[in-house]
Amino acid sequence: MSTPPLTPELEAVLDRHGRDPTRLVQILREAQELAGWLPPPLITALARALRLPRARVEGTAAFYSFLYLRPAGRYRVLFSDNVTDRMQGSEALLDQLCERLWAEKGRVTEDGLVYIDTTSCTGLCDQGPGLLVNGWAIPRASRERLDLIAGLILEQRPLAEWPAELFHIDHPIHRRDLLLAEPPTAGEALAAVLAHDADGSGLLAQVERAGLRGRGGAGFPTARKWAACRQAPGAVHYVVCNADEGEPGTFKDRVLLAEYADLVLEGMTLCAYVLGAGRSPTQGLIYLRGEYRFLLEHLQSALARRRAAGLLGRAICGRAGFDFDIELHLGAGAYVCGEESALLESLEGKRGVPRNRPPYPVTHGYLGQPTVVNNVETFCAAAVIARHGAEAYRARGTPDSPGSKLLSVAGDCARPGVYEYPFGVTVREVLADCGAQDAQAVQVGGPSGTLVGPHEFDRRIAFEDLATAGAFTVFGPQRDLFEVVRNYVHFFAHESCGFCTPCRVGTAILRGVMDKIHAGRGARHDLEQLEQVERAMRLASHCGLGQTACNPLRDLRTRFRPTLERRLASLDFAPAFDLDAALARARAFTGRDDARAHLHTDTLAS
Amino acid sequence: MAERRLRVATASLAGCFGCHMSLLDMDARLLELLPHIEFDRSPFTDIKQLSPCDLGLIEGGVCNAENVEVLLEYRRKCRILVAVGACAITGGLPAQRNHLDIGACLQEVYLTEPGTTHGLIPNDPELPLPLDKVYPIQEVVRVDYFLPGCPPPAEAFWRLLSDLVAGRTPHLPRELIRYD
Repeated sequence: MSTPPLTPELEAVLDRHGRDPTRLVQILREAQELAGWLPPPLITALARALRLPRARVEGTAAFYSFLYLRPAGRYRVLFSDNVTDRMQGSEALLDQLCERLWAEKGRVTEDGLVYIDTTSCTGLCDQGPGLLVNGWAIPRASRERLDLIAGLILEQRPLAEWPAELFHIDHPIHRRDLLLAEPPTAGEALAAVLAHDADGSGLLAQVERAGLRGRGGAGFPTARKWAACRQAPGAVHYVVCNADEGEPGTFKDRVLLAEYADLVLEGMTLCAYVLGAGRSPTQGLIYLRGEYRFLLEHLQSALARRRAAGLLGRAICGRAGFDFDIELHLGAGAYVCGEESALLESLEGKRGVPRNRPPYPVTHGYLGQPTVVNNVETFCAAAVIARHGAEAYRARGTPDSPGSKLLSVAGDCARPGVYEYPFGVTVREVLADCGAQDAQAVQVGGPSGTLVGPHEFDRRIAFEDLATAGAFTVFGPQRDLFEVVRNYVHFFAHESCGFCTPCRVGTAILRGVMDKIHAGRGARHDLEQLEQVERAMRLASHCGLGQTACNPLRDLRTRFRPTLERRLASLDFAPAFDLDAALARARAFTGRDDARAHLHTDTLAS
Repeated sequence: MAERRLRVATASLAGCFGCHMSLLDMDARLLELLPHIEFDRSPFTDIKQLSPCDLGLIEGGVCNAENVEVLLEYRRKCRILVAVGACAITGGLPAQRNHLDIGACLQEVYLTEPGTTHGLIPNDPELPLPLDKVYPIQEVVRVDYFLPGCPPPAEAFWRLLSDLVAGRTPHLPRELIRYD
């Protein structure tokens, strides 16, 4: 079988990545930017060029939402489908655009011009509804802006010619504490450390004394992670920044990367110093979620600036042997890649399926080498500790959760945006600051976190009470919490990677039951089934996605039970579908309308 | 006091009776069970009227109006209802028609293809109307236990019945629910 030769542009993409199969996701993404989708001959040619089985290449491409194995239209318009986007009217706007462009949701138009669909939260909750057009984020969707977009699409104007204003994204910060207090200065923390720390052990001890815990939500002690990785033998020690901020409602990493890039990069460089200390080679990687494509050039120029200033590259700050540089990887639409081992798989050019642990990444991470994976905010906090000292850091927060936390506040409040608080702040204080009156509930930490009601508003944001990766989504009295949770349940069913049965099947069953209740066919029996499925998922899921996917339902059941119960059709059992309606088609084709051509549950059940 | 025998009813909806055959595969062990159970309405007995029962075993999915009526009656009259076999639990083979429109199916079979109906889709009220899809039984009634398999092996029926007779929560060991 002959394979068509690759175009010069594709050859250039392959060469840029050294024809390295571990760069497959990046290569596919860039190949798609050229062609708009990934046609079968292209998959074949790439497989051959990279010496990979074709199924590996196609299987990888099929895993990611933003890689298309079928023609996907010249303009791909994806509406962010987080509950905050819906609260801002995204569903009606999607319908409006479909109508305007004669398109059907989820189908490419006949002329191949446009494809309109939904996508998981794009991290623009503070200025939603969010859109992605051919991967580029557009905030504040409105009737007027969509009219403009529809016009541009109909004129077939290239994206590069669209008004820049459409793509302008704000990064509102409404409260600053330790991290955000001062504008980041490049190299200051590094200089402070290098001045009196010959091998990184001083900084490690400082991070330990500061009691820094991982900001991705789980709160693992950062110093312990760094120390374990530092001790692990390996040819290269990797520092990986997890910027795959996919938890619906979270956008604080977006703001950090946009406004505090130097702080992030400085934190990564400090981590490299602890891991290698100029003795053994270190390398950095940032895994940037595909939705944040718009930050790529910004981060590339920040890296270039630091290289020019001697803060990256060889002999950093003039310290011989301290070599460290950072590469950017872009994700392609997969929430599960926020899980650190799935993220590493994705970095290695594979499907983002979580690995078995142990071994942990600190000993066997990227390419099997010792690897630290930390959240964007964790690296920032490490840089602040290096600059201001452990004591200053510990002075903020609670004994179990020292320091500060960035919250992504969105939903029904007057001032959405990023708020930095010392740990220990109560939900009530945050609500007051962001201008949220009569909130009926707050989702702390996103769907995999906790949904709290007013009687819990005095609980504290801290690892020992309400742990969070940063989302803080406010629901006013007008919101239907059942629909909020149904949205989250759909999210998890969509994002389950499909690797393990409890999560793949469990999330689908939960979605089915929630839709059944939504359709007015729920029964108490369904609530019992939810509990059973939840137990199985918590017990047997392979990774955190499946283990936490039931959290919104658990909270709805325990804290807002009447919200569920008042939708139930029966206190015992109700069929999943309308029995009589299921006969309608056969009635039409047989022309029958006799008594036996109908099913009425009320009379049958008597 | 003599032990009251467990009254058992069975039915095959959209199934192939394979599950019933598998139950009979218990062979001699059926004789051990018989002092403890008696059959009510079932293909084994030809009893037409269902009496109140302790246990209903349902084979097959739900494909037409009559299946719905039978199933609802079993649910009403059986204390414990068990979905038996792949078709009852998932719709099984008959559910292969679920991706086709039932109207188009009727048209193809009775109008387009040559046949004996003289260009008419049968419309006799005696005939149960097909549902738009074949449904698993737990989407129509509450189901207490599920006995998986195609068919469930005789050993699984034995476990289920002997557990229920003894008053134990039915439990299938791993080797009986492992198919690879």
